[in-house]
Amino acid sequence: MAPILKRLTLLGALLALSACKFEVLSPSGDVAAQQRDLLVISTLLMLIIIIPVMALTVWFAWRYRSANRQATYAPDWDHSTKLELVIWAIPLLIIVCLGALTWVGTHLLDPYRPLDRISATQPARDEQPLRVQVVALDWKWLFIYPEEGVATVNQFAAPVDRPIEFTLTSSSVMNAFYIPAMAGMIYAMPGMQTTLHGVFNESGEYQGLASHYSGAGFSGMRFKAEALDDAGFDAWIAEAKESGETLDRARYLELEAPSENVAPMIFAEVEPRLFQRAVNMCVEEGKMCMSEMMAIDDQGGMGLSGAVNVAALTYDKYERRGTARPILGLEPFRVVGICTADELEQMFAFADATSNYTPRDVSPLRGRGLSEPQGIFRGITPTDLTQSTPQTGVDRNL
Amino acid sequence: MAIPSDIETTFLFGRLNLHAIPADPIVWVTFVFVAIGGAGLLWLLTKYKWWGYLWTEWFTSVDHKKIGIMYIVLALIMFVRGFADAIMMRLQQVLAFNGSEGYLNAHHYDQIFTAHGVIMIFFVAMPFVTGLMNYIVPLQIGARDVSFPFLNNFSFWMTVGGASLTMVSLFIGEFAQTGWLAFPPLSGIGYSPYVGVDYYIWGLQVAGVGTTLSGINLLVTIIKMRAPGMTMMRMPVFTWTALCTNILIVASFPVLTATLVLLTLDRYLGTNFFTNDLGGNPMMYINLIWIWGHPEVYILILPLFGVFSEITATFTGKRLFGYTSMVYATVCITVLSYLVWLHHFFTMGSGASVNSFFGITTMIISIPTGAKIFNWLFTMYRGRIRFELPMMWTVAFMLTFVLGGMTGVLLAVPPADFVVHNSLFLVAHFHNVIIGGVLFGCFAAVNYWWPKAFGFKLDPFWGKVSFWFWVVGFWVAFMPLYLLGLMGVTRRVRVFDDPSLQIWFIIAAIGAVMIAIGIAAMFLQFYVSIRNREKLRDDSGDPWEGRTLEWATSSPPPDYNFAFTPVSHGLDTWWDMKRFGQTRPRATYIPIHMPKSTGTGVIISALCTICGFALIWYIWWLAILSFVGVVAVAIAHTFNYDRDFHIPADVVKTTEDERDRVLATLPAAQPAIQGV
Repeated sequence: MAPILKRLTLLGALLALSACKFEVLSPSGDVAAQQRDLLVISTLLMLIIIIPVMALTVWFAWRYRSANRQATYAPDWDHSTKLELVIWAIPLLIIVCLGALTWVGTHLLDPYRPLDRISATQPARDEQPLRVQVVALDWKWLFIYPEEGVATVNQFAAPVDRPIEFTLTSSSVMNAFYIPAMAGMIYAMPGMQTTLHGVFNESGEYQGLASHYSGAGFSGMRFKAEALDDAGFDAWIAEAKESGETLDRARYLELEAPSENVAPMIFAEVEPRLFQRAVNMCVEEGKMCMSEMMAIDDQGGMGLSGAVNVAALTYDKYERRGTARPILGLEPFRVVGICTADELEQMFAFADATSNYTPRDVSPLRGRGLSEPQGIFRGITPTDLTQSTPQTGVDRNL
Repeated sequence: MAIPSDIETTFLFGRLNLHAIPADPIVWVTFVFVAIGGAGLLWLLTKYKWWGYLWTEWFTSVDHKKIGIMYIVLALIMFVRGFADAIMMRLQQVLAFNGSEGYLNAHHYDQIFTAHGVIMIFFVAMPFVTGLMNYIVPLQIGARDVSFPFLNNFSFWMTVGGASLTMVSLFIGEFAQTGWLAFPPLSGIGYSPYVGVDYYIWGLQVAGVGTTLSGINLLVTIIKMRAPGMTMMRMPVFTWTALCTNILIVASFPVLTATLVLLTLDRYLGTNFFTNDLGGNPMMYINLIWIWGHPEVYILILPLFGVFSEITATFTGKRLFGYTSMVYATVCITVLSYLVWLHHFFTMGSGASVNSFFGITTMIISIPTGAKIFNWLFTMYRGRIRFELPMMWTVAFMLTFVLGGMTGVLLAVPPADFVVHNSLFLVAHFHNVIIGGVLFGCFAAVNYWWPKAFGFKLDPFWGKVSFWFWVVGFWVAFMPLYLLGLMGVTRRVRVFDDPSLQIWFIIAAIGAVMIAIGIAAMFLQFYVSIRNREKLRDDSGDPWEGRTLEWATSSPPPDYNFAFTPVSHGLDTWWDMKRFGQTRPRATYIPIHMPKSTGTGVIISALCTICGFALIWYIWWLAILSFVGVVAVAIAHTFNYDRDFHIPADVVKTTEDERDRVLATLPAAQPAIQGV
């Protein structure tokens, strides 16, 4: 008996030891703490009904066992309006409470909503949140600090008590970004951008992970998230700036190739707007950005010439991690520029090369070979939507 | 990964070549065992000349009872495979700590968790539920068979075809490494270039045809073939739940088929429905697949709600409390199940209003579900509960399922979902409802209806051993996963770096071993019961003092189920018949019109399976040939006018007289009625 007891105590001690690991229940960030509160309140609300049901099940099962001939037996009793009212009303009432809680909680804790408080006791200060751009690569996380101009791989740091605004995307397949101690998870999806707001309230080192299965190297897609005090964070940035490496488009494409269990990396300098290029899947030199294509579509497309240009436009479909192509489909090719039907005719020598053609105004359409926008769009500074400068075809560094 | 990146395609074999043999010793060993076992089985079948018997009496049979049993046999076989996957995952997660990679590489492990999900849902739970409905529904409504008996046989063999493709993937090629719903872009050709996802697609498409057709079949059966007097509100609750389930099947499985067709086009023809670029939207797939996927959950659980209702009423010896509200609750769930799909991906970032809408609709489902639990509870109240195995499973279900329901509602609160989505908490939740609800229900149903199907009860001792190991094993295996989820551990992880988590995985693995013992005990229970069948024999046809029509006939029922179509005068038809001392009509028997067995279903679905295999491996000539074969055999079958026969009146008379003789030997006591 004694050794068993000893073992049980040992087991108990072990379990207690790991009890401090319940990150979801004792997070360090205010957002995760509020989410935890909702989790706990909802559980308690439901226990109001779950516990009596479980107790009644056991009690009825025992009380009305066939061996107990003292218990009343009413074989034809099958209806009671009062009871029916109660059994529909109690769950209904609880769901009404829970529904209200859900509506409010979901809006307050919407990951897109900027934080209005740093912790339960501190309202948000009048400061910009720390902006961090996150790209899920195969199979590591890339963090870009656009304002600080540094980038890291599988390593994240943020100052304590300063709201953080993450914008996320993925380079190849869908993933989910999760720092349990800070805030809930959010998907990172290729060609799309999501946003997450969070904050750390206590300094420390926390686990960060990929929580949506993304392929062979998925398990190793983890990183340490460090919450530092302001001075510590400044020092961290300064240290990063001294590391010397630059993350430009070429380096990104190298980095993007699948690799597993990647050790943390630091880049002192990042090419501006790399994240936008990642979202629009045009990091490669000469690729049309998705946003540009959408701008064309938004203008009503380009008619027949647009069909020729765009029908087989391929971004990353078969080029990132993939090795195979559809057996029966078209060979993919890439569009490097846009031309009009007349230009095409000239190109293939169906028409006189000198024929004097003026393109229709397709502003604010941008792309190599297209003229500067006319009309109401003339002179407007290119936004994130447009990546390359008209006429020259050179990228504009904003 | 041993699969070459660029495989040459030949005319004769497509991309099938020697590389297709998995370079994995675990698979080889499995193959050796399967080959020896399979060869042994074939030898036995040949030695005892069972082939003819199996072919004429079972494979080609259009009898709903035999098809129902075959469905359940299929489910049990696939269950062993699915559970083997589960045990392998548990073992991997126990070992993969402290720098160890475990014993499975990513390529193998990722296939296992995908196959586990696919097999357990599509080839265990679905056939189990379909088999139960097939067997019970026509008996409960006093029908001779389903509406379209040949279609029923065909549906079954299509399900077998899909299951076979999934099993073949173990030894030839690979299975998908995408998770059980194969989300693109991961499941697109770019990221899953080899045959895994193609096996997934064609396995599900072939089986999906069977499921949809069987849904239509049962739906029509319930609507058109009820005994005279059995109005909708007099149908047994199991039939009601079967009706709702088949409505769900008919309305949602086409969505799955269409979604997989789009994925197939992306993979084979280079279209852009779910690609990252060219206007494709992978998130559309996630929406579509869950528009099928959420009703699917209710397709699985609703019939078992019906099973629990029948069992509770029977073993408490009492009318079901609140029949009407039970029916309305079922219908509510049916409708609501279409309005909640988005709760599977709150974290996609849909915005607060969308998320709260779907969160709240999800919670609303818990109201009718809660009402059902209360109805069972108040059926037990003032009953006289006999704790036979089916009732034990029912009580275990009630205690287990409410916990799963609670965590389900938790997951429906979007901000709470943000912290436990994709975590082991979620994994624990759905195993909690699927094991605690669907599987416990299936086991209850098997123990309950076995005597009806075979004429003898199941051995209670091994049944109880199985019960206790299962129930305790379930709690031991899945409670640690809830806790791990709260520690921020997510699903589908192969290797861990935090050693303090290991203890929880060890506990979970112990639970899985207990479940394994429970499963072994269940098969032992079948074996012991068959061996002792004379001792366990039940001649009355009504071993549990049943209430519904299936207990009115002999066990096993004659081919024609009822010599005369029974007439229903209220709920619990058979109970009323017993109560008012109604005897079976013995007037002039007339010949009974019955459908004839046909091998066409087996042939067409075999051709469909071959076609699927050919498409997976790009063997175009075989795909075309088998497809033409499918169409040709189907057309040829329309010229087969030899489809029915009559059971002569004197055969019916002999059968019924024999039944009278057996009944006369039984003690006349009707203990069920004594309380009245």
